[in-house]
Amino acid sequence: LSVGERIKKPVPLQEQTVKDAKGRYQRFHGAFTGGFSAGYFNTVGTKEGWTPSAFVSSRQKRADRTVLGPEDFMDEEDLSEFGIAPKDITTTDDFASKAKDRIKEKARQIAGVVAAIPGTTAFDDLIGPSKITVGVELLRKMGWKEGQGIGPRVKRKPSRQKPDPAVKIYGCALPPGLSEGSEDEEDEYQPENVTFAPKDVMPVDLTPKENVHGLGYKGLDPSQALFGVSGREHLNLFTSGSEDTSNLLGDLRHSKGRKLGITGQAFGVGALEEEDDDIYATETLSKYDTVLKDEEPGDGLYGWTAPKQYKSKKRSEREVKYIGKILDGFSLASKSSAPSKIYPPPDLPRNYRPVHYFRPVIAAGNENYRLQKALEESAGKLESDTAQQSRHALNASQRRERLGETGLKGPAPSVLEYLSEKDRERLKEVKQASEQQMKAKILPRQSRNSRFQPASSRDASHKWQMLLGGQLANAGSSDFKPFARNPEKQKRYESFVKSLKEGEKDTLEHYLDPSMTEWERGREQEEFFRAAMFYKSSNSTLSSRFTRAKYEDDVDKVEVPRDQENDIDDKETAVKMKMFGKLTRDKFEWHPEKLLCKRFNVPDPYPDSSIVGLPKVKRDKYSVFNFLTLPEPTTSVTQATNEKIQQNSSLNKPKKPSRWDVSDKEKEKKDSISEFISLARSKADVQQQPPVPATEECGTGPSETLPTEAANEDKDQEEESRPSMDLFKAIFVSSSDEKSSSSEEESDEEQQPTASVIDTETTKQVDLPVSSSSNVQENVAAAADPGVSLLPASTQELDAAEEFGPKLPPAFTSGRFCRLPVKEKHRKNREKHKTKREHKHKKEKKKKHKKQKNKGKHKNKKSEKDSSSDTSDSSDSLSDTDTTGLSPKELLRR
Amino acid sequence: KVNCVQFNEEATIIVSGSIDSTVRCWDCRSRRPDPVQVLDEAKDGVSSVKVSDHEILSGSVDGRVRRYDLRAGQLYSDYIGSPITSVCFSKDGQCALAASLDSTLRLLDKETGELLGEYTGHRSTAYRLDCVLSEQDTHVGSASEDGSVYFWDLVEGSLALSLAVGRGVVQSLAFHPTLPCLLAATEGHVQLWREETFQPQGDPG
Repeated sequence: LSVGERIKKPVPLQEQTVKDAKGRYQRFHGAFTGGFSAGYFNTVGTKEGWTPSAFVSSRQKRADRTVLGPEDFMDEEDLSEFGIAPKDITTTDDFASKAKDRIKEKARQIAGVVAAIPGTTAFDDLIGPSKITVGVELLRKMGWKEGQGIGPRVKRKPSRQKPDPAVKIYGCALPPGLSEGSEDEEDEYQPENVTFAPKDVMPVDLTPKENVHGLGYKGLDPSQALFGVSGREHLNLFTSGSEDTSNLLGDLRHSKGRKLGITGQAFGVGALEEEDDDIYATETLSKYDTVLKDEEPGDGLYGWTAPKQYKSKKRSEREVKYIGKILDGFSLASKSSAPSKIYPPPDLPRNYRPVHYFRPVIAAGNENYRLQKALEESAGKLESDTAQQSRHALNASQRRERLGETGLKGPAPSVLEYLSEKDRERLKEVKQASEQQMKAKILPRQSRNSRFQPASSRDASHKWQMLLGGQLANAGSSDFKPFARNPEKQKRYESFVKSLKEGEKDTLEHYLDPSMTEWERGREQEEFFRAAMFYKSSNSTLSSRFTRAKYEDDVDKVEVPRDQENDIDDKETAVKMKMFGKLTRDKFEWHPEKLLCKRFNVPDPYPDSSIVGLPKVKRDKYSVFNFLTLPEPTTSVTQATNEKIQQNSSLNKPKKPSRWDVSDKEKEKKDSISEFISLARSKADVQQQPPVPATEECGTGPSETLPTEAANEDKDQEEESRPSMDLFKAIFVSSSDEKSSSSEEESDEEQQPTASVIDTETTKQVDLPVSSSSNVQENVAAAADPGVSLLPASTQELDAAEEFGPKLPPAFTSGRFCRLPVKEKHRKNREKHKTKREHKHKKEKKKKHKKQKNKGKHKNKKSEKDSSSDTSDSSDSLSDTDTTGLSPKELLRR
Repeated sequence: KVNCVQFNEEATIIVSGSIDSTVRCWDCRSRRPDPVQVLDEAKDGVSSVKVSDHEILSGSVDGRVRRYDLRAGQLYSDYIGSPITSVCFSKDGQCALAASLDSTLRLLDKETGELLGEYTGHRSTAYRLDCVLSEQDTHVGSASEDGSVYFWDLVEGSLALSLAVGRGVVQSLAFHPTLPCLLAATEGHVQLWREETFQPQGDPG
């Protein structure tokens, strides 16, 4: 298709492409690359394009061309003072101080002597400005000539024998004959009566080694490469002969007049060079090694970078061969060093194994004792590891014993010595009692683990009594009220303590609530014991710190700054007593970041607050959650009410009674909660509702529902404008509906597959408060007219909460697993936000539903569920959690 | 030094517990270099962090188990006493398991902080050892410094099984969320323990 389309349209000039055989785009532009589309779209040569310049021969005008230097291409600033080529007036070399390049000068002088035409450099000196310093001039006047040494004239022989005084050779003495090596060839003829000037001394080059090359490395000597050794040879790979002289003369080659500096001659010989005769002559194959073998003695060279070899004829070839090359400045030692003595390795024992194995650590035990003993003996009576380890654990007396010292005969070591017999015995008793206490601590747990047995508990109680009896002087005093939340319980506790003080035996039976189950009684008893113990232990140390306020968190924390956790000391004791729960728990309002809530798919609990983290504000008194999470005030009542249920359930579940014993606390909590649910409806709502407007007035009420309520108010301004009668109607309808739905619960429960074991009693018990609560709500709603604007919202909340009422039954069915209802309640409270948020949408639906409710009671329930699941996505998750929440129950069932 | 990291359910937040006594929530969606929120309530290093759908559970060396409830906007701080090495939600989300350096696991009720069970017998005094709950919350498991993995019956609190995993410290432990399947790391090895015959009790082996 695309091909066909392309054909149809005439492609504009700019889009014409040409590809070569391989599909690559071909370049159009440029005459050198094909040139079929030269210029801008083949405009070259046309009238709208440009014409290429024609070739013009410059052969005739060659002379006219000026030679362009680099300056011609440089910018002006480059030539300025700070440019790369500043055009400043500087002192040239000729006028510079001579002091610095004395060496060069000397080399020059030497060159002047040695060069092919001697004196050329001298002429230079004569022609050029005088470079000769005063010292040199003076020397000259004294008869000194360039190339000579300074000093009295000497005969050849002595000068030869003693080394140059200027050159000090440190280290080993020069082998005889080495120093004269260079001169040997030169002076064959030595007339007797002729004195010579002392040989000029080349300053010793003491350049520090600054590179990282190996010692003696020289690299490619450019001078050698360019000029060859003698200046006539082509680059000579194989240095031979006459090197010693060149070495001695040092800069000779550099200073050779014509080739001084770089004159454009590179490797090899240029075309304009005359002396190209021996370019190819010197490089013969015979100079290369064709066979890999031992180094030939003569030219022991190791390639380019190898150090040059000293070619001393006096040196024995053997030595050189043995050592290889000798570095510059080093020489072979004449005396061989004494051979180092070699000691033979020690003889290994025949049974030696080159592996170390550790002696096994043997646990101290009867059966191991002998083995251990044997090991200890084998270890040469060393102290065994364990003994060494325990060295630090020894006390002074043990150490003394071990060392065989006699005991100190100072004052008696123990305070006990000072005590009278009587006191000592009493102390012993106390000690025993404390031991028993430890046992007693264990006992209740055991009893819990292995089925609750009243007998054992009684035993335990006796022990407790023994322990506590007499020591509980202050235990019942008013400042310690562990059960202050529950006046009845507190009363019982106080009576318990009192009776305990008096030393009665069967104290528990008297004061305990007769309506309680055996289990509950046992539990409470234990609780009391613990509380008493707790008080006793912390009595002295903590009475100052332990204020009553700490126990009544919800009341007192209004004053407490929230970002502060309670004293650890109290908690530690509580932990020791295993009284987890309220005592060890701190609850703070905590503001999650909005984004965090978003990411967790959780509605912001404090949509209005800008605080993040723990707020510094004081806590609200009437948070619903305070009420919800504190089971204490309701426990006693629950225990009374739920007693039968528990008995029933325990009868129903006799298989694994031990589980009951363990989860007693859990159960207690559940009890309290379930009871709370039932009570909360009746009592709490009435009690809690009045504060609601008050907290709202504050506006900063952190209780979950209130801010949203406030927010809701803003949102629901329109709703407020609506006739509130609608709302009321809806509320009343719903509450009446609630009754019906609660009555439906029974039928529903029967449908529930999980709720197989249901006491209708329990449901009825549950039902009643619910319905009563709804009645209460009505009353409240009717009574509390001033907060009309508020109440609709709050009642709507309730309404919303009750919309989820149908979900309660599965939780309620199990009165013994009553922890779930609290969850339910929690969720409901959370749900309130959601429902509110979606209130606008929901409202319509709700009304519909409510109408439906009036019509068909049984059917609307399901639809309600549907709607709830539809409208609030979170309710789905809640239902999920509901099912998960059932899992422990199932677990326990199993 | 970060001790532990955990994704939230949708992997949109990484929660990290660090030795600098903070729990930090990092956003995965945006590549913000700084944390969304820093929970710096801990007084000592945070050794363990767990995340449920709306809660962050953190165990700290200061001996506290802190539960940040995002939905309720509450922080619950339970004092355990000895440094917490590992915390764990139960599968039903009702309880929190806390392992501490006094060689004890404690099962706490999440809502009230009450002690539901105590599990001892293993050794945990120095290392940051993990604790787990089995896939159906029937058993409580913990790594130990004596090279075994201990399992207790959750309800009875009795030692159900001690699994000799290795000779050294069992460094890490994880339980499969739905299957009776245990992962233990010790002495540079990771071992997968699995029971072929699945019992309804879910007894892990």
